Amino acid sequence: MDLSSYLTLAAIVFTIGVAGIILNHKNIIIILMSVELILLSVNINFIAFSTFSGDLTGQAFALFVLTVAAAEAAIGLAILVAYYRNRGSIAVEDINSLKG
Amino acid sequence: MYDLIVFLPLFGFLIAGIFGRWIGARGAEYVTCGFLGVCFVLSWIAFFQVAGGAEAHVPVANWFTSGKLAVAWALRIDSLTAVMLVVVSTVSFLVHVYSIGYMAEDPSIPRFFAYLSLFTFAMLMLVTADNLVQLFFGWEGVGLMSYLLIGFWYERPSANAAAIKAFVVNRIGDFGFALGIFLTFQLTGSVTYDQVFAAAPGLAGKTVHFVGFDWDAVTLACLLLFMGAMGKSAQFLLHTWLPDAMEGPTPVSALIHAATMVTAGVFMVARLSPLFEMSSTALSVVTIVGATTAFFAATVGLVQNDIKRVIAYSTCSQLGYMFVGLGVGGYSLGMFHLFTHAFFKALLFLGAGSLIIAMHHEQDMRRMGGLRTEIPVTFWMMVIGTLSLTGVGIPFTSLGFAGYVSKDAIIEAAFASHRAGAVYAFWCVVIAAAFTSFYSWRLVFMTFFGRRGDWAGSLPLEAHDDHGHGDHAHDDHPAHESPPVMLIPLAGLALGAVVAGVVFRYWFIGGGFEEFWRNSLFVGPENRILEEMEHVPALVSLSPTLMMLGGLVVAIYMYLVDRTMPKRLADLFPALYRFLLNKWYFDELYDAVFVRPAFAIGRLFWKGGDGAVIDGLGPDGISARVLDVTRGAVRLQSGYVYQYAFAMLLGVAALATWYLFGGAR
Repeated sequence: MDLSSYLTLAAIVFTIGVAGIILNHKNIIIILMSVELILLSVNINFIAFSTFSGDLTGQAFALFVLTVAAAEAAIGLAILVAYYRNRGSIAVEDINSLKG
Repeated sequence: MYDLIVFLPLFGFLIAGIFGRWIGARGAEYVTCGFLGVCFVLSWIAFFQVAGGAEAHVPVANWFTSGKLAVAWALRIDSLTAVMLVVVSTVSFLVHVYSIGYMAEDPSIPRFFAYLSLFTFAMLMLVTADNLVQLFFGWEGVGLMSYLLIGFWYERPSANAAAIKAFVVNRIGDFGFALGIFLTFQLTGSVTYDQVFAAAPGLAGKTVHFVGFDWDAVTLACLLLFMGAMGKSAQFLLHTWLPDAMEGPTPVSALIHAATMVTAGVFMVARLSPLFEMSSTALSVVTIVGATTAFFAATVGLVQNDIKRVIAYSTCSQLGYMFVGLGVGGYSLGMFHLFTHAFFKALLFLGAGSLIIAMHHEQDMRRMGGLRTEIPVTFWMMVIGTLSLTGVGIPFTSLGFAGYVSKDAIIEAAFASHRAGAVYAFWCVVIAAAFTSFYSWRLVFMTFFGRRGDWAGSLPLEAHDDHGHGDHAHDDHPAHESPPVMLIPLAGLALGAVVAGVVFRYWFIGGGFEEFWRNSLFVGPENRILEEMEHVPALVSLSPTLMMLGGLVVAIYMYLVDRTMPKRLADLFPALYRFLLNKWYFDELYDAVFVRPAFAIGRLFWKGGDGAVIDGLGPDGISARVLDVTRGAVRLQSGYVYQYAFAMLLGVAALATWYLFGGAR
């Protein structure tokens, strides 16, 4: 297996994540999942480069990213619960308080 | 002493105006009346001192100095001023006292007395001025107080309209007056009387270029100054404000619009006699305008039904007499008539006020009648005033009521004068004398004789219905005589109206002329009008009395004997009647010629110039463009995070593309 296969996989996963954020108009949990996908694609890049360059720093960094991602998911879900309590909806169309 | 005379009313105003809330109505009345009382006594003392030769010049302060123009506050006390001092302070004091009774039920008494006192101060400033600018200060001061007092009952729209009208019409006159002062300063290099008069003889023959013509300098200055006098003294063409000014309380009408302020124009012409004496043209204009006013106002007075308007037109007419007196060169004649007129016209106004109170604020003479027995004191006071106004006296002597002495002198002088326009003036004032007698007696007969409601038949129909209610009210409360606080000032004025002519004739226009007036009135060497008027034909001397009797007889016949006559006469000449009733249609004419076009121009500039062009292209236009831009920016802020994310992605993609292919390495 060569490096470009890993990078291609990471790029595909990243694109799926971004598309999930932009094209999804229904459910905010899918946005959270998309964010996780983006983080995963970054992790794949880290590990791929780490393996092929023989430097373990990249793999250690991937572990940190996973940790932060877990914490972020927990916080994101907690915000969602609080938001649902306040507004009674987590439909993406309804979340436009930033409208000018 | 002179300081006290002038400034006591100002202190009265300050106390009543600022502390009126604390000292209350009673306090304000006592303070202002007390100060005016002192002022009144001092003025008479001053009058006799000045008559005895004690002239004074009291510098008060420097006002401003700008290059050549130096203006000081100073009081110039000479015979002319002394005469005005007694007129102003006497009438003002009596009106103050009278107002205690007249305004008793008004909620804002301190304000009223404060205004009255401030008016008196401004008037005294006007008459004691020693330069044209100070004169102008007093001139505008009385104009302002006239505005405030006409509009005293500011909750009435008609009073506000009348106040604004008086102010605006006076501005027209004052515009000319101000130009006249500028021209005088330009010609003589000073505004102080002494220096102006000293420089006056050197101006003969000088010309100034103005609106495309070369004018005789002195004539132009005099005409411009006289324009101010025409506005203030309600002369023909600028008279329209005076009848409307009757919206003010009656004491105000007596003080301002009969005795003092409206005579300021007469005073001013007399004061500037050294200038006017140099311009025969200007004096002819004064004569003709005065004569026209005397005649015009008398004709309108014949058919008016509002008691105060009749007296107002009478005032207007008598002011015309004064200007005729001035115009033929008899400055002292004008001043003498001013002096006597102040007494009998204030008496008539205050009597009318007493009558209006007795009739529960009814002013329409057609709803009056038979008041002779109900309010006898007021009746006799009005009769004295009428006798004086119509000029009752013994022909070929100078014995008679005040109005007789001064008015006959003017008529004789108009006949004796050789000035251009004097013949016209003579006929105008003689005919006006008959009209004066007629409308004055008509007033007395309609209000005091017959029975209540005798004239109700000639009321307009819609007013008739109102009358139904009013009638009951009047029946329930018969007319009541006014309290002594109102009747005593009437008596004081009545005394003046009876004797002022006989007592002061010698000093004012008789042999004591030189000794009394000294330098305060300037009479040219060829001006011998006072002498010539003594030598007029007997018929001319007799003419005022004949006219007075004629008017009286016609009034008796029409209003006592054959009471259907006025109605028949009005039906016989409906056009003439309506012409007179509508005051020669001056208000309508001015409305069409000046007011409406002014409104139209104003609306054009307001809506078109200011609204559409300036606002449209300026502030409003710019703000509208800014709003358009921001509206676009606002639309970008949709509030959907995924759209922001998309925008960020596009941005990142664009940057990356540029980084890879653009070449910023």
